[in-house]
Amino acid sequence: MTTSHESENQEMQTSVKPSSLADVANAKTPKVPGTAALGTGLETRGVHAWFGKHHALSNVSLDFAAGTVTALIGPSGCGKSTFIRTINRMHEFIPGAAMAGEVLLDGKDVYAPGTDVTKIRLQIGMVFQKPNPFPSMTIGENVLSGLKLAQLKVDNKDDLLEECLERAGLWSEVKDRLGAHGGSLSGGQQQRLCIARALAVRPQVLLMDEPCSALDPGSTLRIEDTIRHLSDTMTIIIVTHNMQQAARVSDYTAFFLSDGGPGQMIEVAPTSEIFSRPQDSRTESYVTGRFG
Amino acid sequence: MSTQELVIPVAREIHTEPRRSDKVFRGVVTGGGLSSLAILGLIAIFLAYRGYEVLRQEGIGFITHSDWAISTDDAGNVIESHFGLAAMLVGTILCSFIAVVIAVPISVFSALFLNFYAPSWLKKFLITIIDMMAAFPSILFGIWGFLVLMPSVEYWAKLLHRYLGFIPIFDMQVPVFTRSPFVAGVVLAIMIIPIITSVSREIFSQAPLDRIQAAYALGATRWAMIKAVVIPHGRSGVIGGAMLGLGRAMGETVAVFTVLNIVFQVNWQMLLGAGGNVASLIILKFGDASPYEIKALMAAGLILFLLTLIVNAMANLIVKTTGKSGR
Repeated sequence: MTTSHESENQEMQTSVKPSSLADVANAKTPKVPGTAALGTGLETRGVHAWFGKHHALSNVSLDFAAGTVTALIGPSGCGKSTFIRTINRMHEFIPGAAMAGEVLLDGKDVYAPGTDVTKIRLQIGMVFQKPNPFPSMTIGENVLSGLKLAQLKVDNKDDLLEECLERAGLWSEVKDRLGAHGGSLSGGQQQRLCIARALAVRPQVLLMDEPCSALDPGSTLRIEDTIRHLSDTMTIIIVTHNMQQAARVSDYTAFFLSDGGPGQMIEVAPTSEIFSRPQDSRTESYVTGRFG
Repeated sequence: MSTQELVIPVAREIHTEPRRSDKVFRGVVTGGGLSSLAILGLIAIFLAYRGYEVLRQEGIGFITHSDWAISTDDAGNVIESHFGLAAMLVGTILCSFIAVVIAVPISVFSALFLNFYAPSWLKKFLITIIDMMAAFPSILFGIWGFLVLMPSVEYWAKLLHRYLGFIPIFDMQVPVFTRSPFVAGVVLAIMIIPIITSVSREIFSQAPLDRIQAAYALGATRWAMIKAVVIPHGRSGVIGGAMLGLGRAMGETVAVFTVLNIVFQVNWQMLLGAGGNVASLIILKFGDASPYEIKALMAAGLILFLLTLIVNAMANLIVKTTGKSGR
């Protein structure tokens, strides 16, 4: 007895076959590091992270070439989010949080003594899982809020506002109501507003922590579109639970896993290879949907 | 082909029969909720009933005149009486206003310090101290204010007078700086700081974490983050706390009575050692009041009660109109 339900399931299973994800990954024009070096390269060396006594992340060394999109995939609790939060020094807000290793932005350690942490966060922007526009501010004020928060001066605010909203793919939807409150937008629009807000301070690197996990499929596609456009001018690191998404937007994919102990980076490779010829058997099990 | 018209039915009545335990619980909480209303209502009725005779006698003069005199013959019959609250009402508003103006900034800053700057051991310690301050008997605040605080406040008052004397409320003709509304206001400020601090601390601690993180991720300093996220979120709560403090300051009796030089003359000059407030009037006159004067004091209590209600209603209005934008 075959019901339509089962066939749907089968379809879903086939769609996570490595070959099809690899096809998705191959479908986009491959980006060779160095060719679009408009952003700034980032490098982590032997990064560990702790929450109090809990060792959450162990020995992650990764290179992020300028102008590339790197997806971080892996099951929940494997330290992906912790890892990107060590990059822009958001990790240290959690009481008892500690880290070891180096994060090099343009060759300089962001944890070096005497580093102005607010400057680091201006260069390494972040978009969060849940859209979080400032509710007391209008759409326009939200986009430009970073300038006010970091006390930056800009000559032409209107141009910057339009440019950022344009790049975030939101301009046409909000240009007539920039004075409306940020909370009046839909979830997907709010997230694109948050992307525009992050762009306004002109970061060289953009960290995205599951930016689409709270959004509907339509909004997700729009944001992926935005990511692809942005990667021409900046380095992007995106944490995602959606392997289709990793395949669609990223040039490189890193697989993280925790085997009960601290999370580790198991494997990193060009995205098409991760989904077609993973080197590690655990990566293969994960990308073929056998666990996670 | 029979086109049958759709008959739209009458909406059914949906009835939820609550369980017995639910009914009992509802009764208990309703009783609790209504009891405060009942108590407040009974007090108002009692004050109005006892004060009615005097209010009718004095008319509007009860709140516009400021003399308080009664003469009786040997048998205790009233020969002549004049009761007016103007000086005491002005004093009440002046003292409590001074208290709020001093207490709000201090409270807001200490709430911000406790939430965002203090290490956790210090935070716990300070919260205990501040809560203890709220429970401290007001007579001790009064005595302390009179003996310890007054000499130093006098110094500040002289400075204010010298440099800001051109502003009418800081002006004065007779240089009597002790026992002034300013001193009473400072004592009241210290008394209401714990209330405003703890309300502000509570509302600041509820500032949404995701927005705090958003601000930091945009390169904000801690102070910039507080200005952009925490203050807009907490504004209405701080106003609510300030109004709670104002209510306490207006009703405060013993501390003001101890510190203030009570004079039945309208005085807006806050540095001058002459003032009053309605509650301290009541305590001043209650001890040796004749039955008729007691009625006048009850009427005074009713006026204070109404003043407090009006201030609270205004507070609610302010919280409602400013509350939306911050959330």
